[in-house]
Amino acid sequence: MADHKSNAEAYWSANLRLILGSLVIWALCSYGFGIILRPMLSGIMIGGADLGFFFAQQGSIYVFIALIFFYRWKMNKLDKEFGLEE
Amino acid sequence: MSQFAINMLFVGASFVLYIGIALWARAGSTKEFYVAGGGVGPIPNGMATAADWMSAASFISMAGLISVGYVNSSFLMGWTGGYVLLAMLLAPYLRKFGKFTVPDFVGDRFYSKGARLVAVVALLLTSITYVIGQMSGAGVAFARFLEVSSDAGIWIASAVVFVYAVIGGMKGITYTQVAQYVVLILAYTIPAIFISLQLTGNPIPQIGMFGDHVDSGMPLLQKLNEVVRDLGFQDYTADVSNKLNMVLFTLSLMIGTAGLPHVIIRFFTVPKVADARSSAGWALVFIALLYTTAPAVASMARLNLLTTVYPQGVEQPALEYSERPQWVKNWEETGLIKFEDKNNDGRIQYYNPTADFSDRGWAGNELTVNSDILVLANPEIANLPGWVIGLIAAGAIAAALSTAAGLLLAISSAVSHDLIKTIINPNISEKNEMLAARISMAVAILVATYLGLNPPGFAAQVVALAFGIAASSIFPMLMMGIFSRRINSVGAISGMVAGLAFTVIYIFIFLGWFFIPGTNSLPNTPDNWLFGISPLSIGSVGAVINFAVAFAVAYMTAPPPKEVQDLVESVRFPKGAGAAVAH
Repeated sequence: MADHKSNAEAYWSANLRLILGSLVIWALCSYGFGIILRPMLSGIMIGGADLGFFFAQQGSIYVFIALIFFYRWKMNKLDKEFGLEE
Repeated sequence: MSQFAINMLFVGASFVLYIGIALWARAGSTKEFYVAGGGVGPIPNGMATAADWMSAASFISMAGLISVGYVNSSFLMGWTGGYVLLAMLLAPYLRKFGKFTVPDFVGDRFYSKGARLVAVVALLLTSITYVIGQMSGAGVAFARFLEVSSDAGIWIASAVVFVYAVIGGMKGITYTQVAQYVVLILAYTIPAIFISLQLTGNPIPQIGMFGDHVDSGMPLLQKLNEVVRDLGFQDYTADVSNKLNMVLFTLSLMIGTAGLPHVIIRFFTVPKVADARSSAGWALVFIALLYTTAPAVASMARLNLLTTVYPQGVEQPALEYSERPQWVKNWEETGLIKFEDKNNDGRIQYYNPTADFSDRGWAGNELTVNSDILVLANPEIANLPGWVIGLIAAGAIAAALSTAAGLLLAISSAVSHDLIKTIINPNISEKNEMLAARISMAVAILVATYLGLNPPGFAAQVVALAFGIAASSIFPMLMMGIFSRRINSVGAISGMVAGLAFTVIYIFIFLGWFFIPGTNSLPNTPDNWLFGISPLSIGSVGAVINFAVAFAVAYMTAPPPKEVQDLVESVRFPKGAGAAVAH
């Protein structure tokens, strides 16, 4: 029972770490590159616009998709590792 | 064949398809009616979620909003970033919980009928607000393409939704939404591909937008900047000064999206927890097809419109009104384009109305263009064949119907399952609950039709309220319910009331109490806003207040009972989910 419990706790904290890491990237690309840090990136041009503009209108959406599929892949692996999959 | 006949053919054929699907996918049990039997694969569910989410506004109006320039990028990031939150913070755990509705989880997790009732009220407010916009969107689409009155359009739309939603329930809605997604994405991307080819030589709009403009050899966005600057507008890519407001607005849209009940219930239809995760990813892939095309359409259509008005360049005299192209004449008839020759020179001067061009003999902006034109007239501007226009008509109607159906299901399941089955009469039989679900659906459609025909004057502001409610109440409540064992019933309810009250009052102060025009306490201008935060962006602040109050109150009072803590424990682990079950 104790074993089962610590196993579950390890699974949950691994999930929380994964979510935290993903959300840092999520915020960095949208709120960071797309909005707040945009003036700092204005020197980097992507076809007629600056990098911040690209992130606000295209880049962040692609990163969001990648993040969800990365999270799915890691979680499916965690589910199996901890024997918690369906 | 006339354009009218082509449009009728496309819209008529799409209706036959939707009703055929509904007859094939009839719901035979409450489980099929509420969650499509829990057997929808992640890819079809992703498509259905995308159609569910992308409304008439996304299809018709978003490119117009984006065409204002960089500042409205918030809509692009805000309406997509919420799916990351759904995939990681809500969908898998709510799927594991395995019941039919959002108030089901709230009621069990916070062991209180009061909490369930508050959730039902928040759900009804959000969904009914939204459905008004869908019905009027469908009416507008009918009026523009099928030469019927907007009111007749709303009746036709509600009759079609009635047939497939009442018969098919979630099962019928899911498979029609898959078909509707295909129709709407083809309708959106085909004209975009041709416009991109004409302007940049690149068939992929997302790449063409950052490519070179064929006629001038300059990068497209720089050409656009130059043209709009010469007409007194702000640069297209110009940065904004109020970054705090832009951040909070984007955040409100993201957490509002993640808290919308009609989106969340789509994740109850997949077989497994792992499928809920991938389903969110697929949903975003399908949504991104439209949302990454929209900024390309926005910039290209705006440049196209300006070069139509100034064929020899903005430094040269504008187009003569008598030589305007056919598509301008067509859309003048609908009132979406208006021309008034203020300086009587027979030419169309179109520029920023607040700029002064009297040195060029201009007496004011002469052309008023409704921004919906950027999508609706796209095929005509690009000289595409008539069937593409028919496709746009079918696509706009598909976008409105698919979202309306999803919202109506969320409303009817809240009434038949949460109010009737759980609170009023727990002993109701399966057969009678199905009947109750169908009757609530029918009533919900009639209410939506009535509100679509007689939209409250404040319909536009109410959408802000819907996102505010979802962001400040539903999202935080669900997230805390999953991620904290310690949040108890009294904490959750106080947090929700505090977050909701703050958000709603802030909106009322600037937009009028209960949206009655003229009753606003302060003028709705940036210098009156608290720290420059607009009422549209306040939902995210309301969410922070909700979290803070909920934790403070919960830690001062007793922890939730053991069985509730066990429930929190169980939703965190996928094992043993099984299909969605009734009580």
